This record gives sequence, structure tokens and C-alpha cells, in this order.
Amino acid sequence: MAAITLTLDNFEEEVLNSKEPVLVDFWAPWCGPCRMLSPIVDQVAEATEGVKIGKVNVDEQEELADRYSIMSVPALKFFKNGEVVKDSTGFIPKEKIEEMIRS
Amino acid sequence: MTDIIIIGAGTAGLSATIYARRAGREALILEALSYGGQIVNTPEVENYPGIKHISGFDFATGLYEQATELGAKIVFAKATGITVNPDGSKTVHTASEDYNCKAVIIATGAKNRPLGLDREEELTGSGVSYCATCDGAFYKKQPVAVNGGGNTAVEDAAFLANYCSKVYVIHRRDSFRADEAEVAKLKAKDNVEFVLNSTITRLIGEDELEGVEVTDKISGESKILEVSGLFVAIGQMPDNNSFSSVVKLDEKGYITAGEDCLTETEGIFTAGDCRTKSVRQLTTAAADGAVAALAASAYCG
Repeated sequence: MAAITLTLDNFEEEVLNSKEPVLVDFWAPWCGPCRMLSPIVDQVAEATEGVKIGKVNVDEQEELADRYSIMSVPALKFFKNGEVVKDSTGFIPKEKIEEMIRS
Repeated sequence: MTDIIIIGAGTAGLSATIYARRAGREALILEALSYGGQIVNTPEVENYPGIKHISGFDFATGLYEQATELGAKIVFAKATGITVNPDGSKTVHTASEDYNCKAVIIATGAKNRPLGLDREEELTGSGVSYCATCDGAFYKKQPVAVNGGGNTAVEDAAFLANYCSKVYVIHRRDSFRADEAEVAKLKAKDNVEFVLNSTITRLIGEDELEGVEVTDKISGESKILEVSGLFVAIGQMPDNNSFSSVVKLDEKGYITAGEDCLTETEGIFTAGDCRTKSVRQLTTAAADGAVAALAASAYCG
């Protein structure tokens, strides 16, 4: 399914209270590696069932970036039952993203 | 059999691919991570002749599209070695497959040199960064440190001084390789403090960086600087060890080659930051790509 845009308003509903696991991509428009990673996250989202994929623009969502101590982008965080169970920073290849959400 | 395999999809590799395709050669690119190479991390490129202003991402994407629209193929896999076959053809190995070709262009580039300290990898993205322009904005009003004495370190420190409450510049010597004018400008800033003749000996903090231990090389004394960010700018290093059986490496690991981009082995060429050279810029990487591709095309006969 297509990736969803996450904001402070929908984060609780879409991520913290989600029955499905959620992969969250924290990104910024000025960040080159984020723009490299973003289409790959989209591809994984399209090809995956049972895992929700969302994106947080850290420039617009400072509070969310702060809450999850984002100090480098791109950063991926994988949530299960509202908790972060896996994370990564920097560009990672498609296989690593798939590995992350299969776990 | 492919005509030319290009290892690395940075500026040198993609430029080589464009020239190889326009010379009518089949070209296959093997890339370990993502296209673009180091320039992707640069927000603004303003020194590429003919382009006044472009982001590193847009520059890299333009190169990539130009190469692939000309018919080049790209496989995302890390080249793990090259074998020269008895008939002179080459086989490039990856973890999952082998690829045969007439000529190879090694354009693996260079990556940021790590400090080599305990827990450095773990704290990367949690206080340790190799890119001030990428991550600096997350350290607004916080104390940070920059390690290094070259232009990158000095530029990073000047950039961070605009956001951060305090910037320590930690350098192992007392003189800088960076431009004197830039160092003088940096010294004039109120929130910048130089910690010279010193090296970082320990990273402090559990889940996030909380400080660094620095040791003065002359007195041997150590002290702790409380910082929430450490920006490492101690230079680049190549990644060519897998090819040491077919090309000669210098003591730092760069492939020994001149401006002709020829290596020790006939039919193996090298381009860009991964070879021995004095100027490592986008323009020189692109120039190498052209030189190596035309030499490789001529070699293919």
C-alpha cells in the first residue's frame, strides 16, 4: 500500500495505536540521501502487505523528530505495538529495508 | 559478454558510462549502495562549470538519468574482486553473480574516514556525524565538536557556529591545512573554541553522545568536553582492497594511476577519487570518467 504522510495529529492513531507494524521514514527535503531513500521506501511500501509505511518531514514535524531523538536523516524506525523495535540511519539498500520489516 | 563494466555509480563512474554509451559500447554499472556517490550529501554545488547552482542530489540524478537513458544497465551489488581470464577478458565478481566483460573501469570513490573509536558505529546518527550540512540543524543551541584540520573541518565548524551554542574544534596539530583566511574567520567567532594538539580518545554516552574525552598529545592530560554532537571531518579513505591482485595500490589504498587513468593491468582502468591524484573535485571526477571510458572503448577494439 502507498506510504502515508504522518503528522503530530495522526501519529498516535496511525502509528502508536496501529494493529499492523509501521515503518516510519524520517526525512527532510534538503537532505540528498533522504531523496535517494524515499522512492525505495515507496517501492517497498507498494510491494508489502501487512506493514504500514509512513513518512515524517522533520522540518514540518519538529516535535515528532524531537520525541524520537532524530539527529540524522534519513532515519527509519520500525514500530510494533507503538514501540520502536528496529532503527537505522543513513541510506540503506532495499534488501536491508525488507529485512527490517520482515523481522 | 558486456564491453565495459564500471564499478561505482558516482560522478566518475556515471560520466564514464555516458562516454562509453556514446562511443557505442555496452555498459554495465555495479554499484554497492546508491547512485550519486559523495556529491549527494552536498546541498549546493556551485563550482561545476556551466551550472551556476544545483543541489548534489539533482546533479547526481541528472547524471544517473543521462546514463540510463543512453541504455546503460545498473546492478546494485558490491564488486568483490576482478579476475583476468587467459584470453584477456575480465570477470567481475559480486556475492551473488559473476559478470564477464572486455574492460573494467574502477570508480569506487572514497568515503569518510572514521575515527576508529569504540562504539563509533553505534553512536552514528545518535550524536556522531560525518556530515555537518546534513545533520547540523538537529543540534540547534547545543554544544558540539568538530574533529579535523582541513577545509571540510573548518567549513563545518563555521557552519555549525551559526546554530550551536558552542563549537569545539579538535585538531591533532596546532596548524591547519585549511585556508588561512577561513581559519582566521573561525577564530574570530565568540562561540568557537580551539582544542589543539589533541585527539579524541573516547566517546561518552549510552544511547546518545553526551561528551568526548580529548587527550592533549603534549601534556598527556585528558579532559572531557560535554557535547551532544561530534562532527568527524578527518578526511576520506578509498575502498580498493578487493582489487589489489589486479591493480597497484599506494600506501593509503588509492589505485596508482596517472591522468591517463591506466592501471598496471591492460584493460583495467580507474577514474575519480579512488585513484592517486592531487585534486579531487566533481570536474576532475567527470574528466577522469571521460578519459577512462574512451581508453576502455579503444581497448575493446
